[in-house]
Amino acid sequence: MESAVESSAALPAQGASAPAIALERLRRDYGERPVLRDVSIELPAGETLAVLGPNGAGKTTLLRILATLLRPTAGAVSVLGAPLPRYALRARGRIGYLGHQPLLYRELTVRENLWFNARLHAVEREPTRIEELLARAGLARRGDELVRNLSAGMLQRAAICRTLLHEPELLLLDEPRSHLDAAASAVVDELLGPAPGRSRVIVTHEPEAALADADRVLLLRADGGVIHAGAASELSAGDVRAVYTGTVR
Amino acid sequence: MSAFRAVLAKDLRTELRTLESVPAMALFAATTFVLFRFGLDRTTLEGALAAGVLLATVLFAAILAINRVFVAEREQGGFDVIRLSPVDGASLYAAKVCVLAIYLGALELIAVPVFAVLFSVEAGGLPALAAMLLLANIGLAAVGALVSSIAVNSRARDLIAPLLLLPLLVPVMIAAAGAAEPLLAAGGPSYADFGQWMGILALYDLVFIAVGYAVYDFLLED
Amino acid sequence: MSFNAPRILPAMTVLTLTAGLALVFFFAPNDADQGFIQKIFYLHVPIAICALVGFIVAAVQAIMHLRTGESSWDVRSYVSIHISVILGVAVLITGSIWARASWGKWFVWDEPTLVSFLIVFLLYCTYYPLRYAIEDRERQARYASVFAVTAGAFVPLNFIAVRLAETLVHPRVFATAEGGLTPKMTVTFLVCLAGMALLWLTLARFELAAKSTRARLGRLRRALEGDEVAVGASRIAPVPRQAEEAG
Repeated sequence: MESAVESSAALPAQGASAPAIALERLRRDYGERPVLRDVSIELPAGETLAVLGPNGAGKTTLLRILATLLRPTAGAVSVLGAPLPRYALRARGRIGYLGHQPLLYRELTVRENLWFNARLHAVEREPTRIEELLARAGLARRGDELVRNLSAGMLQRAAICRTLLHEPELLLLDEPRSHLDAAASAVVDELLGPAPGRSRVIVTHEPEAALADADRVLLLRADGGVIHAGAASELSAGDVRAVYTGTVR
Repeated sequence: MSAFRAVLAKDLRTELRTLESVPAMALFAATTFVLFRFGLDRTTLEGALAAGVLLATVLFAAILAINRVFVAEREQGGFDVIRLSPVDGASLYAAKVCVLAIYLGALELIAVPVFAVLFSVEAGGLPALAAMLLLANIGLAAVGALVSSIAVNSRARDLIAPLLLLPLLVPVMIAAAGAAEPLLAAGGPSYADFGQWMGILALYDLVFIAVGYAVYDFLLED
Repeated sequence: MSFNAPRILPAMTVLTLTAGLALVFFFAPNDADQGFIQKIFYLHVPIAICALVGFIVAAVQAIMHLRTGESSWDVRSYVSIHISVILGVAVLITGSIWARASWGKWFVWDEPTLVSFLIVFLLYCTYYPLRYAIEDRERQARYASVFAVTAGAFVPLNFIAVRLAETLVHPRVFATAEGGLTPKMTVTFLVCLAGMALLWLTLARFELAAKSTRARLGRLRRALEGDEVAVGASRIAPVPRQAEEAG
C-alpha cells in the first residue's frame, strides 16, 4: 500500500533517460480473440507518438494498457521506466489519460471534480493550479456549473483539465479533438501540445495532422497487427490512408 | 488518507445535493411497516416479532443503498478515476463502507422512531437498540461495499448483489435479532445476553472489514 | 498445466467406503433412543465435514489464485466448490431423512449445524450465477476467487452465530447422539470420515482431469483448424460460456 507521494518518485537507476514507453511483443486478447498482436515500439522521453489505424485495430486498448487500466495478455510493457503491471502504482501519478469518457462526476461541479482529482493525486498548490487550468481552457466562468449541464465541447475541455491537473510526464490522449469546434481545438492544441519533459501518445483519426505533429508513428492493422512502428518521417499520409481504406492489409 | 476523505466527501456531497438514496430508503421502510401491519394483522409489536419486522425492513432498505453505492462510479466509466490515481483500493473501500454506514444510520434515525410510533413499541430498550444497530450497520456496510463492487461489473448487477448479500448477512440478522428481541419485550427491556450478541456483531464486522481490505485491490484490477 | 486421472485413489476410496459401510451395518451398535435410523449419522456427518473442509480448501486455493494469477488455481478452487456443493445436497438430504425419522418433520430448525449448513449451501449456490454473470474470463476468475475467500471466511462465523442462537433458545438436540460416542462408534465414524474424504478427493481429481482433457482437445482442434490459440496458462475455462460442460 503505497502513498501517493512515494509512488511518484522515480524507480532507482532510471531517471530521465528511461523511455516514455517501451513495448515488446505486446499482445492483448479479448476472450479467445487477439485484439493486439506482437506490438513492439519504444518512445524516447519528450517525444510524441501517433497511433493510427482503422476501427477495431486496438488503439484504445493499447492506450488503456499504457494507462495501467488493462493488463497485457503477453509481452512486456513499461511506462516511464516502470514495468507493468507490477509497478503500475509508481507510474500512475505521472500519467495523464484522456479517454472517450470524460471521467467526471455528473452531479458535481467542474471545480469540485478538479478538487477531487487533485486530492487523489496529492497535487500541490491545488487552488492556484485549478484556477490556472480553468482559465487556460476557457472555463473560468463555468467552474461552478454541474458537469451534467455542460455541452460536449465544454465537457471535453473540463476532461482535459482533469488530465493535466497533476502535471503528468506522459499524456495518453484518445482522440483529444473530438466534440471540439475550431476555436476550442486551438485552445486544446495549446494545452496538450508538446512541452519540455512531456511525452505524448495520441490516438487520432486525422492522419495528416498526426503525422505533422508526431516524432514516431504506430500504424495498426484492422486485426491488431503492426504495419509500421518507427519514425514518422518514414510514412506518408497516403500510406496511412491506404490502411484505412483497406487497400493495404 | 486524503483519498479516503476525498471519496467520502464526494459521495456525501452528491447525496446531499441529489437526495437519491436516504429519502428513498426511509420511504421504503415506512411503506414496508404498513405492509407488515396488514400482512401480520397486528397493530402492536413486541419481542421477537418486533425485532424481526424492524430488522427485515432495515435489511431490505440496506439493499437499496448497496445497489446504488457505486452507481456514480459506474456511470462515469467504471472505476477509472480511482484506478488512474496512485491510490490503493483500500482507501476507496474504506470510504464506501463509511458512506453506507452513514446512510444506514440516517435511515435508522428516521425508521426506528417511526416504527416505535406505528407499532406502539416498548421504548425502554431503544438506546441499547441504537447501539446494536450501529455495530450491525458496520457489518452491513462492510459486506455491502464488497458485494456491490463484485456486482457492479457483472451483467444482471441488480440481481447479483442481493443474491450474494442475503446469505452473507444471515449472521448479522441472527445476532441483531437475538439482541433486539429481549430489548423490545413487552414487559420492558432485558439485557441478559446483550453482550454476547454484540460480541458476535463485532467479530463479524472485524472479519469482513479484514476480508474486504485484503481482497479489494483484486476487484479494482481489470 | 494438466491434471491426470487418479489411479490408486479410486481403489482406496472404494475400499475404505466399503469397510466403513460394513462397520456401520455389522459393527456399530444400534442407538438406544433412535434405533437403526441413527446410523445415517455415519453418512451425514462425515459428508458434512468433508463439504465444509472442501469450502475452506477452495478458499485457500482462491487465495493462491489471487496471489499468483495462475488459472490452474482457479480451476482447483472451482472444482473444490463444485464437489462440496454436490456433497452439500447429500448432506441436506441425509439430514432430512434423519430429521423425518427422528421427529417426523422433514426439516428441523432446532439443529444448529443443519441450519448453518443450509445457509452455507445457499451462499455457495450463488457462486454459479456470479460466474455466469461476468463475461471477461480473467475477471470472472478473479471475482470468483474473491467470492470463495469471502465465503470461506463466512463459514466459521455462520456456525458460531447459528449455534449461539440455538443454544440460547433451544437446547442442543443431537448432543445425546454425539456426546456419548462409544469406542465402537468412534472407530466406525472415523473410517466413514476417511472414506468420505477420499471420495471428495477422488471426485475432485476426476473432474480436474476431465477439464484438462477437454481443454487439451479444444486446443488441438483449434491448432488443426488454424485458429489462433490463446497462449499463456492453460485456458481451462471453469465455467465456459458455450455449453462445453454439463455442470
